[in-house]
Amino acid sequence: MVQKLNYLKETPSQTAGPYVHIGLAPGAAGFEIFEQELGWDIAGPNAKGERIRVEGYVYDGTGAPVKDVMLEVWQANVEGVYAHPADGRAVEDGFRGWGRVITNFETGLWGFDTVKPGATPGRNGTTQAPHLNLWIVARGINVGLSTRMYFDDSDNSADPVLGLIEQAHRRDTLIATRQNDDIYRFDIHLQGDAETVFLDI
Amino acid sequence: MTNRSPAEYYQRDRQWHPPALAPDYKTSLSRSPRMPLLSLENALGEVTGPVFSHDDIAEIDNDLLNNFTHGGEPIGERIILHGRVIDENARPVPNTLVEIWQANAGGRYRHKKDTYLAPIDPNFGGCGRTMTDVDGYYFFRTVKPGAYPWRNWINSWRPAHIHVSIFGSGFAQRLITQLYFEGDPLIAKCPIVQSIPDPEAVDQLIAALDMNTTIPLDSIAYKFDIVLRGRRSTLFENRLEGN
Repeated sequence: MVQKLNYLKETPSQTAGPYVHIGLAPGAAGFEIFEQELGWDIAGPNAKGERIRVEGYVYDGTGAPVKDVMLEVWQANVEGVYAHPADGRAVEDGFRGWGRVITNFETGLWGFDTVKPGATPGRNGTTQAPHLNLWIVARGINVGLSTRMYFDDSDNSADPVLGLIEQAHRRDTLIATRQNDDIYRFDIHLQGDAETVFLDI
Repeated sequence: MTNRSPAEYYQRDRQWHPPALAPDYKTSLSRSPRMPLLSLENALGEVTGPVFSHDDIAEIDNDLLNNFTHGGEPIGERIILHGRVIDENARPVPNTLVEIWQANAGGRYRHKKDTYLAPIDPNFGGCGRTMTDVDGYYFFRTVKPGAYPWRNWINSWRPAHIHVSIFGSGFAQRLITQLYFEGDPLIAKCPIVQSIPDPEAVDQLIAALDMNTTIPLDSIAYKFDIVLRGRRSTLFENRLEGN
């Protein structure tokens, strides 16, 4: 016999199911219950930097858009600062850096408005290229999927996370394409030849 | 670049969580990645996460008996759902947002895509939210949800359950799960529950009848503690920037 370590186990995940919208985005799902909906304003009114919009679809393994998905975004501001006491640096008043979005139930298109983040500190003195941290839940997804969105008009060549992806062509699955002045397109493929690189963070 | 970063989280035990592909849960077949997840060491974006305050929510948001009232209270078994949010080191997770959503007592969600024949309850919205206190404690008042049929096999029924969403302090702790109720015979038959390989992990999702918290002549109570990932207290190599 040895001593017991007495660590607890993390509560296991379960799918968010088909009705995640009424719980976490009731207003967007057309259901008036709370005075304040959380997560619709990522950057706030005072954020510096470039205002952008991000749009895309989440596709399942058959190539069909997933119409009941919910995405959350967690990002730094234009100076690469996360709005969290552990960062230790200040952000603009009203900048939260977090948002959540559901799709159009008919088409599966999702989109959100924010500001383009700056580069953020990585480990061991490295720098991570500007990116959005994304978290995806839906019916049929047993544990929320983490991924990232980088920008095709940034220099991503030295990013330490993209550099970890063994198959170089799969790095492109994490890079959004600038479509016109301020809209980036980012499609997520849950499965298949174009499967997005998902992260175990 | 930063004054001080918190230590990284213990790695998530992927053998404790359900696998992405659980064939008996049919929808998971086309929605599960086939390539391995890329395992990352935490950096600042993983050990930070959104910060919420009481200004973000209203006092009544954790009272599902009254937060959608249209002149009365909902039909069903009145319950108190309470517990603590703690981490794998058994430390409380204070001031974190806990959100829930659920079907009504008849097993019907207030969602336009839910077409089950059980009726909508005019006095029940089915969602709530609260913040944990300094000890990680939270509670809700609601009704016990009903079981309902769903299209997996032709005669599949979900056990009574409440969906729970928790943030923690870092985005790497983000978790959505479902809680079940002690004694429900449908738990053993549900392919979503049974996607979890370890029976002890399933037990962790079953809220216990808690007679000590029950309010006599008013509400039955169930206790559901939630454990989020813990973090290292000792740093060795590969320190986070700023530590």
